[in-house]
Amino acid sequence: MDWAFLFATAKTLLAGVPLTLELAVTSLCVGFVLAVGVAALAGSRFAPARWVAALYVMLFQGTPLLVQIFIVYYGFGQIGFLRASFLWPVLQQAYWCAVLALSLNTSAYGAEIIRGAIAAVPAREIEAGRAIGMSGLLLRRRIIWPQALQYGLANYGNEAILLLKATSLASVITLMDVTGLAYRLVSKTYRSEEIFMVAGLIYLGLTFVIAAGVHLLERRLTPCRRV
Amino acid sequence: MEPIQPASPVIRTVGLTKRYGALDVLRGVDLEAREGEVISILGASGSGKSTFLRCLNLLEVPSGGTLNVLGEDVRFRVKGGGQQIADARQVNRLRSQIGMVFQNFCLWSHRTVLQNIMEGPVHVQGRNRHEVRAEAEQALERVGLLERADYYPSQLSGGQQQRAAIARAIVMRPRVLLFDEPTSALDPELVGEVLKVMQDLAAEGRTMLIVTHEMAFARDVSSRVVFLEKGTVRVQGSPQDLFRGGMDERFDRFVSHFSRQG
Repeated sequence: MDWAFLFATAKTLLAGVPLTLELAVTSLCVGFVLAVGVAALAGSRFAPARWVAALYVMLFQGTPLLVQIFIVYYGFGQIGFLRASFLWPVLQQAYWCAVLALSLNTSAYGAEIIRGAIAAVPAREIEAGRAIGMSGLLLRRRIIWPQALQYGLANYGNEAILLLKATSLASVITLMDVTGLAYRLVSKTYRSEEIFMVAGLIYLGLTFVIAAGVHLLERRLTPCRRV
Repeated sequence: MEPIQPASPVIRTVGLTKRYGALDVLRGVDLEAREGEVISILGASGSGKSTFLRCLNLLEVPSGGTLNVLGEDVRFRVKGGGQQIADARQVNRLRSQIGMVFQNFCLWSHRTVLQNIMEGPVHVQGRNRHEVRAEAEQALERVGLLERADYYPSQLSGGQQQRAAIARAIVMRPRVLLFDEPTSALDPELVGEVLKVMQDLAAEGRTMLIVTHEMAFARDVSSRVVFLEKGTVRVQGSPQDLFRGGMDERFDRFVSHFSRQG
């Protein structure tokens, strides 16, 4: 085994970690905000709002992320009014195209996680809140959301891990993240097994860190499950 | 503690009805609960007794009739052939003065016992946290759970959870306490500890309405027994009169059925 080459490769690829993390964290945050909005629509009393949410989730869950990235990156440039709009300087950049596609995609999954977490809050505990005179925002803030957070945290952590790995697709639209750098190195050296193995190990390391972080957060936030 | 003056009604219902689709659960219940009364509401399953209790704090919205709580008529509006709460603020205000103890305890699982008890006074009534804490600890001591203050509900037995739920209800300083089959979900050996706490509360002169299957408790602790059948009050009276027998044939049969079961 050529250790010198492996170390050199690792050094090259680690330079892509900041971009990979940046893509993941930005998309996770933007996606979460969108997910809350979509989940709110999904839980609305107004039926058309629920249909919009269902359609949104179906569209983004039902099509490959790669196709979504291509549509944003290649497709949006064909739309005249987008080219003319103030958004164009942003949409022109591959980075923001990737963030947009990743955010939209993760928001659909996130919305489902949030909806499920809210639905998992026991109805009788909500009723106990109503019985002492709580309603509206107070009931949500004190009873529903804290519990939904506990139910949804593990699933959302999972989604964060999936998202981290999904950022590797951004390399196909020229971004030099870990995968992008690996691909470039392969085309220079033709040593694909070693390079992609190193890339895989880097993702594994990042995933491990996220999983550990989520686990820690879960322990902090759910003392009542530790019996 | 007998009230000297004829006390004012804390809760009064006139012709209260509740309908689920084609099913008439309550067919006009008239009941008046005066201050200091301990009223046991008995009835077979399906008689509407739990539904009636849940109408009193509007967890169920009555379909018709009038409901007066603490001297206020609860306002309803008609919508789509049914009734709805007209003034959510009024209902929240009244609910904060009505304590409710559920069959399944319904403690908030994400909060400790002490947090459960402080939740309402601090966040609904906006009272001072330090004062509430002292009062909450007093209430916990009363129900014998002070050393469990920092436990989570899932770490307690059913009887302990129900006692904590009673403490949660009384720190709200309610004008009336509603108990919805408070011992029905408990293992038999845990029933006594909960009934003991309720008996103490009754002896304090609190106004209580209790839906229960505990015949001995209804007979010995309550000041009045109300027997519901098919969604109306079949008979009511003092426990002495009713349990002596001969007042109402259906009630006698109901009681003998229970005593046969042991």
